[in-house]
Amino acid sequence: MKRNTMSYKVQQFLIFAGPAALLFTAVVIVPFIYGIYLTFTSWDGVSASKPFVGLANYVGAFADGDYWIAMGRTILYSIFSVILINVFAFLLAYLVTSGVKGQNFFRSGFFIPNLIGGIVLGYIWKFVFNRAYVAVAGAIAGGTVPSPLSTTSGAMFALVTVSVWQYAGYMMLIYVAGFMSVSDALKEAALIDGCTPMQAMMNVTIPLMRASFVQCIFLSITRFYVVYDVNLSLTKGEPFNTSVMAAMHVYNQAFTYKNYGLGQAEAFILFLVCAIVGITQVYVGKKGEVAA
Amino acid sequence: MESEKALKKKKMMHLVMWIILLVLFLYAVMPFLLVIINVFKTKADITTNPLALIGEHGFTLKNFPEAMRKMKFWTVFGNSLIVTICATAITIPVSAMAAFVIVRNGKWKASIILFGLMVASMVIPFQVLMVPLVSVYGGIFNVLNSRLTLILMHVGFSVSMATFMFHGAIHTNIPLELEEAAYIDGCTRWGTFWRIIFPLLKPTIATVAIIDAMAFWNDYLLPSLVLKKKELYTIPIATQAFYGTYSTDIGLVMAALLLAILPILILYVFLQRYIVEGVTSGAVKG
Repeated sequence: MKRNTMSYKVQQFLIFAGPAALLFTAVVIVPFIYGIYLTFTSWDGVSASKPFVGLANYVGAFADGDYWIAMGRTILYSIFSVILINVFAFLLAYLVTSGVKGQNFFRSGFFIPNLIGGIVLGYIWKFVFNRAYVAVAGAIAGGTVPSPLSTTSGAMFALVTVSVWQYAGYMMLIYVAGFMSVSDALKEAALIDGCTPMQAMMNVTIPLMRASFVQCIFLSITRFYVVYDVNLSLTKGEPFNTSVMAAMHVYNQAFTYKNYGLGQAEAFILFLVCAIVGITQVYVGKKGEVAA
Repeated sequence: MESEKALKKKKMMHLVMWIILLVLFLYAVMPFLLVIINVFKTKADITTNPLALIGEHGFTLKNFPEAMRKMKFWTVFGNSLIVTICATAITIPVSAMAAFVIVRNGKWKASIILFGLMVASMVIPFQVLMVPLVSVYGGIFNVLNSRLTLILMHVGFSVSMATFMFHGAIHTNIPLELEEAAYIDGCTRWGTFWRIIFPLLKPTIATVAIIDAMAFWNDYLLPSLVLKKKELYTIPIATQAFYGTYSTDIGLVMAALLLAILPILILYVFLQRYIVEGVTSGAVKG
């Protein structure tokens, strides 16, 4: 058999994995490595020369107050969104698996916001806040009410609202899968042994759904941490740059102000945070597997 | 008697839950309903009362043709369609092939390195790749402003996740004996993959197709960096550009937004079972 020769292995690997490996390397690996190099240069995006500046961009990133404010804002936004989304998603999943009429219809209905991209959703909600909300709140208050998008805390509140609205239906599906995976026999056994439905939920169902919780929480953290589309279309960072989040700051730093090196260094710090979150997820997930 | 009471209580509970669900459902679709009722009104009527079902000036359809013309809807829709279909159609075979060779030759160094890199790359946010991407493919190779570049980039970004999913499917669901039987019967590895393995991967193919197609269709940031020419715009970029120019003409904006969401909503009506299933299994495995 020729199967153990080196040339056979190389040939097989290239035929089957070659195209995927080539494209993956071209758009992920090469830019990633080249990106690390760019963080040590002060490239302006136009000229051919990329002057080497050492660690100046990292020093600049640490000294960039706006960046850290945007970062703090992103963390705050992520915390609120993650908590609210998981609460709503869990509640929805509970309701649509409880056997009420039309639960399949509700399941597909709650998923609709997820089908639409962030840009379009942002503009739709901009209309809701600027026109519909103003009309309703104005009628109730009996005067003119400013749009939430024109006040500083209102804009952030609006971003959280839209994110929760957008993702609750998606996370709901993951929790539904979790609910389905817990066998009815276990719940019935708990009820027969004298648990109240609430106790059965807290002590049997929820601990067995641990995997769903870990997954939903990390999935939402990683999505929100780098949110950009909704931020751009709904608030555009306004009013007065008070709703600029980390991803938007990085984009502006690089493409608007043409500080490519600095922007790339700030993006790299963003990556480190994501990597830490990713590693934590693997760690927490593994630990849970052993316990269950 | 007791059980009848319990039954009544249960019925009552279900009714309460059903009402809560209905309220939440109305909230979930409220923004879309608002767009739909306002798209048939004149600009003045939207401004005076955005909540009225029909404006004072009556029902109008004139927002649609104007928005379609100004947005170049059919061009933009076609662009989105071409990019989404091609990128999805390339991602699937390419990643299934890679997953196949990786699973069946798990001890080869090349397999371990490639798969390890792909899994690790899933934590890289796009923000860290966008500047070098523009710098390399815009500055050095000068291949931006092309649909083909965007399609291949979409594929490159999605192969890692897709390979990971096919890897799981081949690893757990496809017995080695099946292939061995084919080899004994004289089938080559290439033939075995396409005739035996690939058809068996149908459920995973559907999942990957749905997740990737939705991601490609809705993506904004990558296409906006690659496509600067107006005639190449996809729906999200065109919507953004349209809003930037006509944001004061709110009737037109409503029509443009409805046009942007309509294709995917129509598709959802027909394929909702598959989309919901695909997204769930993709999320649970990924």
